[in-house]
Amino acid sequence: MIRTESLSVRYGSRTVVRDVSLRLRCGRITAIVGPSGCGKTSFLLALNRMIDLVPGAAVAGRVLFQDVDVFDRRNSIAELRRRVGMIFQKPVPFPLSIRANIQLGLKEHGVRNRRDREAMMEQVLRDVGLWDEVSDRLDCLATKLSGGQQQRLCLARALALDPDVLLLDEPCSALDPVAAACVEKLITELSRNRAIAIVTHNLAQARRIADDLAVFWVRDGSGTVIAQGTAEEIFSRPPCPTVSDYLSGRTG
Amino acid sequence: MSEGGAFSRPGARFDRILGAVVWLAAGGIAAVLIWITGDTLQRGLSEVDIAFLTTEPTDAGRRGGIVSVVVSTLMILAVTLTAAVPLALGTAVFLADVSARWSAAAAVVRWSLDVLAAVPSIVFGLFGNALFCVVLGLGYSILSGGLTLACMVLPVMIRTAEQALRSVPAELRMNAAALGLRRTARLWHIEFPAAVPGMAAGLVLGIGRALAETAALIFTAGYATRMPTSVMDSGRALSVHVYELAMNVPMGDRRAAATATILMILVLCITSAASSLLHRRRIFRRSEA
Ligand SMILES: Nc1ncnc2c1ncn2[C@@H]1O[C@H](COP(=O)(O)OP(=O)(O)OP(=O)(O)O)[C@@H](O)[C@H]1O
Ligand SMILES: [Mg+2]
Repeated sequence: MIRTESLSVRYGSRTVVRDVSLRLRCGRITAIVGPSGCGKTSFLLALNRMIDLVPGAAVAGRVLFQDVDVFDRRNSIAELRRRVGMIFQKPVPFPLSIRANIQLGLKEHGVRNRRDREAMMEQVLRDVGLWDEVSDRLDCLATKLSGGQQQRLCLARALALDPDVLLLDEPCSALDPVAAACVEKLITELSRNRAIAIVTHNLAQARRIADDLAVFWVRDGSGTVIAQGTAEEIFSRPPCPTVSDYLSGRTG
Repeated sequence: MSEGGAFSRPGARFDRILGAVVWLAAGGIAAVLIWITGDTLQRGLSEVDIAFLTTEPTDAGRRGGIVSVVVSTLMILAVTLTAAVPLALGTAVFLADVSARWSAAAAVVRWSLDVLAAVPSIVFGLFGNALFCVVLGLGYSILSGGLTLACMVLPVMIRTAEQALRSVPAELRMNAAALGLRRTARLWHIEFPAAVPGMAAGLVLGIGRALAETAALIFTAGYATRMPTSVMDSGRALSVHVYELAMNVPMGDRRAAATATILMILVLCITSAASSLLHRRRIFRRSEA
């Protein structure tokens, strides 16, 4: 559904992602793993052009979303970002009420009817397992929620826009095992009619939920993909010693 | 270190000295404020009564009240804010957000603002007189005075608003963009509300400067003491009234102090109203439902 062709990302003169050709397919979860600082986040940022907002960043190569080049000037960035949703590594709720956090995007994308918005909000909050915790204080500031609740709120906020592709940057890093399991189950359900990329440092999690796997590694100072394929294949037959050491937890 | 007990360290005395200096400085500032306020109130408060607040001045201000002067002051302030606030917001957005791609233009704007901020108010008065009163044909009027003050308060309002916008965390902007919010929506729903407390400070500074201004108004708003009927009338501001009574009207000192009292109360009321209005959570709720 979304694929890259020799995508490179540069910050100033430093290339941090080099020549990545990767495909995120509909109905599948692609786990992206690799050591810290190898360019996973930078890669995701390029997919929905969030990288445009990073001062000094430049991109080479192509990103095709449903066979359309996303860097083509004629396409609407706002619409691209609605359809390719993203959750950041660090959850940042807007300093608004919980309700406003979720409904702001809906309103901007043309859901005019208030009842519709309320219904969609309840649905996504239930999906992320937050409804019972916050339904009685929807008008409280979202920044007052706990870290894990904020992370789920940000997930709900993105889900409300019903994106076709979801880019998740460590969505479970601040969650307890119960909430993490709940989110994992949700991700699996969501993947039925979507393409999902999930960056994770938790290899057990990757093993549990991923259909496809991409291993990022730093080579010659910039991050690149050193292994990709179905998760089963790579976990059972790692293509090189670096990958097998990393996946078995001996390095990385 | 032997007599100081188990936890004393060599540097502890400097901490205490620094503490004393800080307290002294803060105490000194507070004392000056209390002295100025107390002195003005003590001399002026006895003159203030209902009649003073509700009648127009007569006999060059020696008798009667100051109601028309208060009304003129408020009208001048209204003109100033109406002109300055939108301009300041627009320029601040340009400097904080848009200017990355127009750095030369931004540098020129910044430089102009710095120069503008350093210009003495009397020069603003002459400039306002030449431009608004003469060239634009507005004459000595509340409109001319208000617009002149707007030029004067713009630098401080723009700079504080720009600073406030810049201090909005970049992550907020990124998160808003990731939801496909357009730039205007981002500004309106996320960045402005988050920047409001900082902007309120700039607004209060601007109001304070406008209410305190005398020199620039003498040449532009004039000093008629009649009750103004429109912004095209000349009108005397409170600070101008204080100046006139104190300098040009024999036996006017007590009335000057009384007027100064009212001016101080007005400054206090307007600035605290402005900041509490802006700090209210209401603003954050706008984007709900
Ligand atoms: N805005 C930026 N400007 C300059 N360099 C950056 C910027 N963001 C990231 N980098 C650099 O790019 C490299 C890749 O960063 P990135 O955040 O993509 O790594 P990551 O794989 O997501 O790491 P982690 O697992 O720790 O999140 C790092 O070396 C980082 O220092
Ligand atoms: Mg990262």
